[in-house]
Amino acid sequence: MKKFFKRYRSFLIVLALLLLITLINKKIGFKAFDIATFSMKEMLLVIPPVFILLGLLDIWVPRETMIKFMGEGSGLKGVLLSILLGSAAAGPLYGAFPVAAVFMKKGVKFMNILIFLGAWSTTKIPMFLFEMSSLGTSFATTRLLIDIPGIIIIAYLLSKSVSKDYVNKLYVNAENL
Amino acid sequence: MDSYILYSITVVFLIFSIYKDKKKTKMALKKSWKAFENILPQFLVVILLVGIMLAVIDTNTISKIIGSKSGGWGVIVSAVIGAITLIPAFVAFPTAALLLEGGAGYMQIAAFVSALMMVGIVTLPIEFKYFGKKMAILRNTYAFLFSFVVAYIIGIVIG
Repeated sequence: MKKFFKRYRSFLIVLALLLLITLINKKIGFKAFDIATFSMKEMLLVIPPVFILLGLLDIWVPRETMIKFMGEGSGLKGVLLSILLGSAAAGPLYGAFPVAAVFMKKGVKFMNILIFLGAWSTTKIPMFLFEMSSLGTSFATTRLLIDIPGIIIIAYLLSKSVSKDYVNKLYVNAENL
Repeated sequence: MDSYILYSITVVFLIFSIYKDKKKTKMALKKSWKAFENILPQFLVVILLVGIMLAVIDTNTISKIIGSKSGGWGVIVSAVIGAITLIPAFVAFPTAALLLEGGAGYMQIAAFVSALMMVGIVTLPIEFKYFGKKMAILRNTYAFLFSFVVAYIIGIVIG
């Protein structure tokens, strides 16, 4: 019970804040609850398959295979695979973090994990089609064409801006997540 | 629509896994649950914060800010709004389309959409957990700056 309170402390604080807002301004409070419920439904729709695939990947795909395809020395193949996997994903960016943790456990190169994260955040295929219909083909296509090199450049810069030791710590930490 | 595809793929893999090895499948599902439960407290915080945020700053407010401003200042404001808000894509794109109709420029919209998707201030606590503070802050900073690159190029291409 004590552990529960400790882990969910932030959640309980925000919940209390929301209740306080509702007391002050009923309209905003109820609206916030409505939107939160809506996001909750969205999360419950996308999250289960992502996490089930994550578990299956963790158990079935051997570390050696992942290293071969996406680890150190995987070269262009690893980069392309990271973009493809990220772009095929569904769900908000925070859904990508647990996947990144499993990638770390499986020995995927750090830069490829960052590329995967970038692709998940902005070049998702279903979203691209949606963007095209809402904002026009030239807008969506131009953005996609800038995003792909952008993601790779950002991933490169990021992987160069932290020490090897920092990355190693993240990989050790991922074992417990 | 894409959730149908995702579910179909998951079910196919799951059935295949059960067929191959029941015990391993059970282990996999246990891992799935553990990974989910691990992040659940932060998920819930994000969901509540998004609710509060969107209740306070609704799309009307956003459209007033982005729609009325133009030029460089408008681009900066758009990117900042994109960075701090967390709106699902299927709400964001139609909103952006409405903003365009309402007189916002392509550059502002590009900055908004780009920052919205790549920068997550609200989800930083989750990112810290997996990538550490330094990496998470750097990633968001670079992504934020990158939204201006996107806005600039979109401005040249589409105008």
